[in-house]
Amino acid sequence: MKYLSEYRDPELAKQYLEEIKKTVTQPWSIMEVCGGQTHSLVKNGIIDMLPKEVTMIHGPGCPVCVTPLNLIDKAIHLALNENVILCSFGDMLRVPGSKINLLEAKAKGGDIRILYSPLEAVKIAEDNPDKEVVFFAVGFETTAPANALSVIHAHRKGLKNYAILASHVLVPPAIKAVIDDEESKIDGFLAAGHVCTIMGNSEYHPLSEHYKVPIVVTGFEPLDVLQGILMVIRQLEANKAKVENQYSRIVREEGNTEAQKMIFKVFEIKNQMWRGIGEIPESGYAVRKEYAAFDANKKFSITIEEAPEHPDCISGQIMKGIKKPFECAQFGKKCKPSFPLGAPMVSSEGACAAYYHFSGLIEA
Amino acid sequence: MQLQCPMPKLDFDVITLGHGSGGSLTNKLLDSGVFDLLSNDVLDKRHDGAFLELNGKMAFSTDSFLVSPIFFPGGNIGELAVNGTVNDIAMCGAIPKYLSLSFILEEGLKMTEFWEILVAIKQACEKANVKVVTGDTKVVEKGKGDKVFINTSGIGAIHPNANISKENIKIGDKIIVSGNIATHGMAIMSVREGLEFDSTIESDTTNLNHTIIHLIEKFGKDVHLLTDPTRGGVATVLKEIALSTNIGIDIFQKDLPIDDHVASACELLGLDPLYVANEGLFIAFVDASIEDDFLQTLQKDENGKNAKVIGTVVEAHPKQVILESAIGGKRVVSMLPGEQLPRIC
Repeated sequence: MKYLSEYRDPELAKQYLEEIKKTVTQPWSIMEVCGGQTHSLVKNGIIDMLPKEVTMIHGPGCPVCVTPLNLIDKAIHLALNENVILCSFGDMLRVPGSKINLLEAKAKGGDIRILYSPLEAVKIAEDNPDKEVVFFAVGFETTAPANALSVIHAHRKGLKNYAILASHVLVPPAIKAVIDDEESKIDGFLAAGHVCTIMGNSEYHPLSEHYKVPIVVTGFEPLDVLQGILMVIRQLEANKAKVENQYSRIVREEGNTEAQKMIFKVFEIKNQMWRGIGEIPESGYAVRKEYAAFDANKKFSITIEEAPEHPDCISGQIMKGIKKPFECAQFGKKCKPSFPLGAPMVSSEGACAAYYHFSGLIEA
Repeated sequence: MQLQCPMPKLDFDVITLGHGSGGSLTNKLLDSGVFDLLSNDVLDKRHDGAFLELNGKMAFSTDSFLVSPIFFPGGNIGELAVNGTVNDIAMCGAIPKYLSLSFILEEGLKMTEFWEILVAIKQACEKANVKVVTGDTKVVEKGKGDKVFINTSGIGAIHPNANISKENIKIGDKIIVSGNIATHGMAIMSVREGLEFDSTIESDTTNLNHTIIHLIEKFGKDVHLLTDPTRGGVATVLKEIALSTNIGIDIFQKDLPIDDHVASACELLGLDPLYVANEGLFIAFVDASIEDDFLQTLQKDENGKNAKVIGTVVEAHPKQVILESAIGGKRVVSMLPGEQLPRIC
């Protein structure tokens, strides 16, 4: 497959692994922030191929996982309203709310559509003028431009029956929160390549300088991840701390400025709750006042009682890299992908689910 | 297609509740050409059940078909319903002979669509050399079905050379897949509402019985197990076999045959092709001694052009399926909890 098989070449992988082994002289902990990278690490069996000195810590980077419980309950509440068509990315459907998940809401009669693009939701709104269409707009900075564009389109078309339920999370403030946590001991970071494709690298320089920590903007294919790890280790071994770009075939320093304009036309930065972690300052997007008519949070007055997380779930510690999934007492016992106690067990990019599926720790 | 079997002139153009009542409208529907289309000596007796002459060991299977949309690139629900049951019988090492055919139709289904499905059924039956010998039609109210649901059951005589059983699998057996994986599932996905993408991917639905019988005739008891990895895909089938037989299975990602377009579509939607549904595909566990001969024979068949050896049965790690990734890392292949959902990014 052109442009993918090149980044899965076994010979080059072997060379990178050799180079990592040659370079490393002491133990290092490296966090891959993005769930896509966690998925790549476990799916390709990379973790077991790395020398024992290198510990990969799996970060909070699964937007599905960190979407607040309260918001999922809101989405479920909306979906069960017979006047509403709720549209969502596929992997949100199994995330547990406080009582049920969206798949169960669908079984109870909720009109829930799995989409790949929010623009499809705008089309559904056009085709169903007598229904309210809500898009569950979840994601990092990566999905924000398309979600913003859907609002701009709906606005232009004069649609009155389209709104988004936004839960965007931003990567740089999360990295800062992880470093600031007293318990975390991360030596270097792989930043998420797709996020930087949109936002560029500028936000990472002050972080790297202030905390003296190497940050390498990294892609998702096995060779990308291996090269990213090597670049971090080279910096650590040379006692350097700067931002480097492994994903230079896609990421430009300034990012995609058109996409950024689109984001900030519709959204403004706000404090954001991260499920399992808590509130992180300036780490999310809210719909701007000018587009309040398209903000499901404002359009529908829903008050959902704050529900507690499952008491046995340690997802916060998992997502800050303080504990590994298999260090949780419920991992693979009470908590499985078919019955997740907390969000990291749900999406295949959540650290717990990735470990469950691919590491062979548990018998199916 | 319709040129060969044009739809007869009718005084109704949609299915109504009365067409499933068992009364005169039902007869009108069946006499409108349905019986003529599927005509054979057994069906033509039009009795409550079919009179069959059967001797020896038989294989019997049933399957229900609910696919959305009912027309998809490369086929429709009609041929899927014939091929699905024909292939299940073929996987027993049997020659499929007779099918039952039951429809649950949704009120309002266009007669032209129903006719197109019937024509596909007729053609699939001819290709597989099976007869529809009994059937049923029911109609549900609009909104209580999804246009058409079909159930087929089938019966076939087990080939005297065949000895297909999980118990025959032994350490060292080679695992062969008959063609490109994940094609059918991605063809359906490409036209599913909300996920549509431009592609030329067509379903691989086809009957495998002639291919299978040729292999059984030639290799007999050295073919230890045959199975078609439909729902749940290749990964689920292999994991089920490993669990139920207490064997270990090693497979190699670099050997998995997959069409470039299908692989790209899977990447785009974040789906693992190992878990995507297949139709005209089978997996064979064969004695290592016939590996090359079996593969070459299969590759000469039109249903096996892309066949490949994908793995081996091993003593190590009983009950586990281990995949060696393209870059040489290893991981466990497990079953999916429910349907595979397209990922966010």
